[in-house]
Amino acid sequence: MAGGFVYTAVESTAMSTAEYYGNTLAELGREHPEIVALTADLANSTKIGIFQQEFPDRFFNVGIAEQNMFGVAAGMAKAGCVPFLSTFSVFASLRCADQLHTDICYQNVNAKIIATHAGTSFGQAGSTHHAIVDLAVARSLPNLVVICPADGVETANAVRAAYKLQGPVYIRINRGFDRVLYGDPDYDYGFEVGKAVELHEGTDITVIATGSCAFQALQAANFLESSDGLKVRVLNIHTIKPIDKEAVLKAISDTRRIITVEDHSIIGGLGSAVAEIIAEAGKGCGFTRLGHEDNFAPIGLHEDIMSIVGIDSNGIIATVREVMNKDFEQDDNWDDEV
Amino acid sequence: MSLSKQEWLALEKKAHELRNLCLDTTYWAGSGHIGGGMSSIDILTILYHKYLNIKKDDPNWADRDRFILSKGHAGIAYAPVLCDYGYNDLEQLKTFNLTNSKMGIHLDANKVVGVDASTGSLGHGLPIAAGTALAARVLGKSYKTYCLTGDGELNEGSIWEAVLSINNFNLNSLITFVDRNHCMIDGDTEEVMKLEPLADKFAAFGLVVKEVDGQNIKELCEAVDFALASDRPVIIIADTKKGAGIKMIEGDYKWHYGAIDEDLYNRCKSELDEYFKARIERVEREAK
Ligand SMILES: Cc1ncc(C[n+]2csc(CCOP(=O)(O)OP(=O)(O)O)c2C)c(N)n1
Repeated sequence: MAGGFVYTAVESTAMSTAEYYGNTLAELGREHPEIVALTADLANSTKIGIFQQEFPDRFFNVGIAEQNMFGVAAGMAKAGCVPFLSTFSVFASLRCADQLHTDICYQNVNAKIIATHAGTSFGQAGSTHHAIVDLAVARSLPNLVVICPADGVETANAVRAAYKLQGPVYIRINRGFDRVLYGDPDYDYGFEVGKAVELHEGTDITVIATGSCAFQALQAANFLESSDGLKVRVLNIHTIKPIDKEAVLKAISDTRRIITVEDHSIIGGLGSAVAEIIAEAGKGCGFTRLGHEDNFAPIGLHEDIMSIVGIDSNGIIATVREVMNKDFEQDDNWDDEV
Repeated sequence: MSLSKQEWLALEKKAHELRNLCLDTTYWAGSGHIGGGMSSIDILTILYHKYLNIKKDDPNWADRDRFILSKGHAGIAYAPVLCDYGYNDLEQLKTFNLTNSKMGIHLDANKVVGVDASTGSLGHGLPIAAGTALAARVLGKSYKTYCLTGDGELNEGSIWEAVLSINNFNLNSLITFVDRNHCMIDGDTEEVMKLEPLADKFAAFGLVVKEVDGQNIKELCEAVDFALASDRPVIIIADTKKGAGIKMIEGDYKWHYGAIDEDLYNRCKSELDEYFKARIERVEREAK
């Protein structure tokens, strides 16, 4: 791990992603007395309550009043505290969008938003609790660093890194347990804000994934290697902003085919960010975005929704085959494009 | 118009049926917001079985009374009410929370018949209810709007913004209930974020406040009758218990959301029966 810290926070592999967050925050709290924590009646659900147990005097539950929480956090940050605030991603990004914009980002205060229940991870709660546009909001806000970790260990890395950064950070993590991508907490895979992680080497096509889709992409790559003999490069882009432009440009030049996968709308998130880089590069590149089409998601278990939406390994495998069969480089026929 | 003993008994029986259906649905789904579901059942019962002017066979009737469940997470109680009433097939309750079901934790107005607004994000329902009440005035319609909020939900600023509007526009066709069960997710409302003196706060904002026992059908009906006759908007603070009817979870904030297995289900069933018995005895004692 960059910086070589020891994960005393991470003793068990059987922890939910949010528990990795709570434990890491408590650990940071021991080192840094200026860290304070705020929530809006979701201490237990977001696991910021783990910090509360240890530091009750530095923890503030503002009740079910998210907008107020963002304002209070901005004030505390201005005075020198480093607030970590947690609520569900849908509320952090939308209910509080104005406070996030004006109180946190515009004033560039040193507040860290750790938003839980991201994407469709609270699937059964329906669209009022699905966060499928939060990356679009967060990505467009100046000064805000936006991170979407793939699992618990990556969440621990991201939370630590967020503290080290000066300025606002938005981290979105899932509810419940993520499929484990970085099983061993001591394994140093070189997490760095703004740097993609190559999960699988490949020269035929690149799958760029974020959050829980990274694990799915890796599975798809392993399968396609043995079944189709395809060499699929898999990039875990955990930092949505600033995005690793270099890694995307390299993928364009090396593989000429890119698929993005995210538990988010295909509008405004990872797919859009990568599309912008491809378009500006001016190079031919086969490209497909996987994510939520311009629709609200169905109700259901997270893994079911991922399968229905086609952002699980099966969906990725099918799309890789489709994109591989598209002869875009020689394609002079525009009839099927318009 | 006082509640006859016969009517009171019929409403008690209905509330008991709906409590059972709410428990059943929680069991079928494996888990649910049973605490805040049970505290709301008596309010939902009197609305759907005494007050709401709605038509079973015409759920979109333009002149219908509106009901907006501002505390949208009580879908586990509301879905049974809407199915039992006849708007949706009762069998649907067995799909609650399942993948691709029409019914998830928070009911979707575009999928579940009879739902006037898709709620679940707290603090949205009351402003929408103020809007339907205001529209009635503009459109010259005489329908009423009823709204049910949580008490933790009252932390949201948008609730108080709505109350300002309700007072300012004198929306007396809107009758608001607060399910005052004293619990939110992280604890007692007075420990997490003080609300008291709650009645005084609403009164200072210009509403007429009625405080009643929210688990007493008769008191609830009297409050609605009062509100219907009032030329100023009324808010009914219904003093309730989270998990009302199931002793082992009653008043425990930890039962905001809980899982129910077969063993627990059976114990809850018998507690509901005992609760019903006690409620019927109260009717026998207190009805005229
Ligand atoms: C805007 C918003 N913030 C947070 C939540 C998560 N949440 C769901 S229920 C709940 C507690 C509600 O408490 P209360 O209004 O008292 O409801 P009751 O106790 O009657 O169930 C919270 C915080 C939400 N649904 N919406």
